[in-house]
Order: sequence, then C-alpha cells, then structure tokens
Amino acid sequence: MNVPAKALSLSVLAALAVMACGKEAPPPPAPAASAPPAAQPPLVVKIGHSAPLTGPQAHIGKDNENGARLALEDANAAKIKIDGRDVTFELVPEDDQADPKQGNLVAQKFVDAKVNAVVGHLNSGTTIPASKLYADAGIPQVSPSATNPQYTNQGFKTAFRVMANDEQQGKVLGEYAVNNLKAKTVAVIDDKTAYGEGVAHEFLKSAVAAGAKVVAEEHTDDKAVDFKAILTKIKGKKPDLIFYGGMDPQAAPMAKQMKQLGIKAKYLLADGGCTAEFIKNAGDAAEGHYCSLPGIPYEKMPGGPKFIERYKAKFNADIQLYGPYAYDAAMVVIEAVKRAQSADPAKILAELPKTDFQGVTTRILFDEKGDLKDGAITLYVAKGGKWEPLDTIGGATAPAAEAKPAEAMGGMTGMQGMAGMAGINGMTGMTGIAAEATKLAPEKK
Amino acid sequence: MDILLQQIFNGLTLGSIYALVALGYTMVYGIMGLINFAHGEVVMVGALVALSVMKPLAAAGLPGPLVVLVALLVAALVCMALGFTIERVAYRPLRNAPRLAPLITAIGVSIVLQQLAMLIWGRSYHAVPPLLPAESHEVLGAQITELQLIIMLVAALTMAGLILLVNRTKLGRAMRATAENPAIAGLMGVDANRIIALTFIIGSALAALAGVLVSANYGIAHYHMGFILGLKAFTAAVLGGIGNLAGAMVGGVLLGLIEALGAGYIGDLTGGILGSHYQDVFAFFVLIVVLIFRPSGLMGEKVSERA
Repeated sequence: MNVPAKALSLSVLAALAVMACGKEAPPPPAPAASAPPAAQPPLVVKIGHSAPLTGPQAHIGKDNENGARLALEDANAAKIKIDGRDVTFELVPEDDQADPKQGNLVAQKFVDAKVNAVVGHLNSGTTIPASKLYADAGIPQVSPSATNPQYTNQGFKTAFRVMANDEQQGKVLGEYAVNNLKAKTVAVIDDKTAYGEGVAHEFLKSAVAAGAKVVAEEHTDDKAVDFKAILTKIKGKKPDLIFYGGMDPQAAPMAKQMKQLGIKAKYLLADGGCTAEFIKNAGDAAEGHYCSLPGIPYEKMPGGPKFIERYKAKFNADIQLYGPYAYDAAMVVIEAVKRAQSADPAKILAELPKTDFQGVTTRILFDEKGDLKDGAITLYVAKGGKWEPLDTIGGATAPAAEAKPAEAMGGMTGMQGMAGMAGINGMTGMTGIAAEATKLAPEKK
Repeated sequence: MDILLQQIFNGLTLGSIYALVALGYTMVYGIMGLINFAHGEVVMVGALVALSVMKPLAAAGLPGPLVVLVALLVAALVCMALGFTIERVAYRPLRNAPRLAPLITAIGVSIVLQQLAMLIWGRSYHAVPPLLPAESHEVLGAQITELQLIIMLVAALTMAGLILLVNRTKLGRAMRATAENPAIAGLMGVDANRIIALTFIIGSALAALAGVLVSANYGIAHYHMGFILGLKAFTAAVLGGIGNLAGAMVGGVLLGLIEALGAGYIGDLTGGILGSHYQDVFAFFVLIVVLIFRPSGLMGEKVSERA
C-alpha cells in the first residue's frame, strides 16, 4: 500500500511543482523594464533547490527553500549583468521528501531541465546518491546542510557544502560529552538515516577515544514517535548521557518520554535536533539538555541579526534551522556566476573552488574536497525555553570577530564558567586556524 | 524485573492506541469489506481540529479536562461530517465497482486530506498543551502516567461499547444484516446506504477520539501523523482478524507488546547481532506467521467465510 501511495503523491506533487514553476516563470517586472535598451531578453539562470517539503521534516525543508529564495531575490534586485545582458535567477523548488529514492528522481529532473546549478539537498541521505547524478551531468551542487562526510569523499568535482561535516561535529560532540559534561557511560540512538547514523558513529568514535564506555546502541527511524521501548532498555543500562543522531520530529518526543520514564541522564543532540521546534515541542522536558550546530549562533553570525529580521519580514516565520546556510549556498553559486560571467555549469564549476565569500553564516572558503574550510561548531544548552550558546569551537571568522585575541588563541569563545578546557585543547589544528583568523579579522571589514 | 514491567506498560499503551485506530478500520471492513485507508488521516484531522479548539480555550483559563472534552466534541463533529463526505464522494459511487477501485480512491482521499491539512495547519509540528493529567506514577519500579491508564481504559471501553452496539441494538442488527448481504438486507427494509453512512460516521467519531488521545500522549500533532499510525493500526486489525471488533483490540495490544518487547530484548537475546532497529521486522514476521496459519487473523473466522 505504501508504494502506490508514494507514487501517487509523487505525481500530485510533481503537478503542483510544475504549477508553482509556471507561476514564477515570467521574469520580475524590474529587469523587463530595463530590457528594451539592451534589446535582449534577460538570461535566465535556473537554480534547482531540493529539500523535503512534505512529510515530518517539511518545516525544515521549507526553511531551506526560503533561505535560497531570499538569496535569489537579492541577486535579482542587484541587477547582475553578464556581458551587458540582464540576468534573472530563477528558483526551481522541488520536494524530495527526505527520501533517497525521491531525491534521485528530483535530481534527474534537474538534469533533464538543464538547471545551471543545484542548491541542496537538505538531508545527507538524499544528497549523497543525488550527487552522482549531478557529477555525471557536470552540474555544480552546493548543499547547505548535508553533513555526512561521505558526500565530499566520493571525489566528485561538483560537490560542495557550506557547513562543517559530521566528522568535525561528531568529534567535538564526543569530546565535549566526556570532558565537559563528564559522561563516563553513554548510550547512542540514531534514526538509521545517512545523517543520523553518520553523526552517531562519529560521536561514538570520539567519545570512546576520550575514554567513555558505550552501554547501549539503539536505533529508531525518522518517522517514529514512540521511543519508550528503546528508552526503557537504555534506562536499565544507566548511562550518564544519551546521544541522539537525528532530527527534531523525533528528538522532541524522545525528550518527553525520557522525562516520563524518569531517566535522569543528560541528553545531547547534534544539529538535527538543535531547533526552536525542539524546545517548543519538548516543552519543559527540554530544560538542561544540550545540542550542537555547525557554524556559530545566528545572533553572532556576521550578517545574522539583519538576516533574521529580513527573513521574518519576508516569510512571516522564524528561521527553523538551516535557512541562513541555504541563503549562503545560493549566494556562493550566484557569486560564481558573476565571476564566471557565464551561466554555463562548467564555467560556474571552475569558479566555485575559488570562492571567498563573506556570507551570513561565516566566511566561506572551500578545501580541495569541497568542504567548508575551518567550519565552527557551537554547543548550546536549553535554558528557560530557548537554546543558549555555550561554546563555539573552531571556525575562522567568528571567534576572531567576536572574541578578544587572547580568547581566540584558545580557539573558542564564550568559555564563561566552563570547566574542562583540556578536551578542546586537543584540537591543535583549530587553535592554529583561530590564530590565523585573528590576523584576518581587520581586513574582513 | 522493573524493566520488563516497564516494557509491558509501554507495549500496552502503544497497543491500546493501535487498537483504538484499528477499531475504525475493522468496523468499516466488517460492514462493507472495504479497507478505508483514509482512516489514519481522519485521526490526524481529529487531532488537529481538537488542537485548534484547545488553544484558545486553554488560553481563556478553562479547566483542562473540560477544554479537552469540548475539543473532543468539536473534533468528533468535524470528523463525522468528514467521514460522511468521504463515504459519499469517494466510496458510494464505487459501491459496485471492482474492489480495487475504492482502494485506490481511499489512497487518493488520504493524500488529499494530508495535503489539505498541510495547507490549513502548516508544515510545523504543533505542541499539544498538557491538559490531561499526565503525572507519572511508580508501580513496582516502573513508571506509568495517568494518561496511559486513560488511553488503555478508553480503548477497552470503546471496544466493549462497539460490541454491544453491533450485537445488542437494532442499529447493530441492521449493520450485521448489511454486512451479510446488502441487497437482501434492503429487501428486509434496511436502508443499506444509511447504515453504511452511519458506520462511517461512528468510525470517524472514534478516529477523533483516537486523534485527541494520541496527540495528548506524545504531546505533538502534525499533518503527517496519521500515515504511519494508520498503517500500524491496519496491521493490528489484520493481525487480530479484520472485521472482528475484539480482534482489533487483541491485534493492537499484541502488536504493541511485540514492538516494545522486541525493541527491548532482541539485542540481548541475539547477543547484539540484531538490534532494536529490527523491531518492525519482528512485528511483521509475527504477522506473516499468524497469517500463514490463520489467514483470517487471530479472531477472524467469520470474515474468511464471507470473503
């Protein structure tokens, strides 16, 4: 029954998407008005965007799409020209339902529609298989939020991301759990997706290396709502800390059920659970739990406060999770188009590795694999009904911009009252980066 | 021991939720041999309508249980109207069509309802205000909330009520007659269309009840919540013998217990080779085994004769 239902919803959605595209097809009036002197129709640059717009993660997917949409509107308002010809950036939004099969259908659609670049996908599980299709077709792909290391490890020249990957995040989380949160025994739960399993695995490796004992490894899925069985099992093993690799639709009810079962362990989430939705839906069960987010707190991002305001004004909604990253991912593509003075995917692709862009989230530079250089990780604690930033670890621009040089040397900001510098001091690479960043800071303005 | 008991409580709650939804599937199937796949979505609509009613009333400071009761009433009315409409629009015109046709319209209705709910209530998760007593109590070392007890009680009472309705009332007799043969029932003065419409209305009211309890138990409601729940409840109905009301309860509770105990103990029993992610495999394996030996489910003899 499952299959026909999906197939049907697919065709309905496809129809809806086509309708949606149809509506946006006519270029905005502004470039059209300035067209007559050039006597040439504007060059249309199509940017595909893929994220789950239906299903449990629809709110996060829409957030990404909004971010990308905002970037394209900015680009269109800036009246970019290529060889004196007006350029119109057009978003082609698709719904991949966070489902790898659906993700590949969307990717094929983008390839067939000859989009000039792709921003997406949201989930690692959809991004990784789709990246092969883009690589074969030579279409540049910038994912705002796929953090599984495998994405950029496949050797594709077309794959980029604007967020620190799970190797970095999982390592920080594992060390933080043991050294700062003093967890001697940990239980790990994941949602069996490429992202959830990936980040849980990295966490586990790093926690074990830091000296913790793993007492339970449990699994659920990204549509479940009842976790009492696995939580009860974990309760019997009495861990100091429970790590969940997955998204907020599961993380929030899980926190509630932990409370109902009387589990006193600390609860640590990676970026997928680090949302306002988590706090809203977990209610008072969220208090005192921890999460991490690649990047730095929205409020501390170089363009953060302004972006939050604009986003709210435009979409009448709060940023869910990766909206600013989707904005930056789209801007990175737009900047590459500008530099290449061409909408040809091959030429955009040639420009992408040279990216040096001051985005909303951070200064974006890519390493040779297409990963974000010097990605920062920030840890948060749920306090008084919101996520309060605890520490930012690593990152090129933010600590330098925010902290006094002395603090930046440590490679982090906001260590107020936090014990256990030892664990983070191990990351010598990051310390060096932060020091370098202090040098960069003046010219950043 | 306290862990085992806790797992049994977990399984019983989950199973009662499945049973409550499964009752709706099984009632419609029992009367007209149709699998109403939209039932899970009606549960979802019930939950979201109730939530929309709850929020302003709770903000006005009315006592929690009263708010829930009012919300439940409104949700039940909306769902009854919805159930009536679904039957009228999607199933009645296909009453004499091949059996595959209403199955496909059922899936269609399910998708339409999901998308409509997404447009009305948005894509975000909604936190359900904790209006029902949800205090945790310790029983022999295991935790059980008052809400869990309420859910088990409501599921059992609903099943008992439906069995009484079907077996002891005039309406029930008309239902059984329609189930046996609508044409002959019509000759005997039973308005089959009316009976079927009533079946849908009652089933939808139950869906509203299930929706309110499920969303209260998990504390969240979402336009997508009906899909997996519907699928699991359908499985429970088949396990117990679809068409049999007591079977829905047995199937639901059994499925809940298998899932909870499966997730809790597979790992330990297999020395860590199979983990908790095999809980569904385990549940569906039991379903397959039951269906091999009892093709009409655990308690479903009557249906097998008819089908």
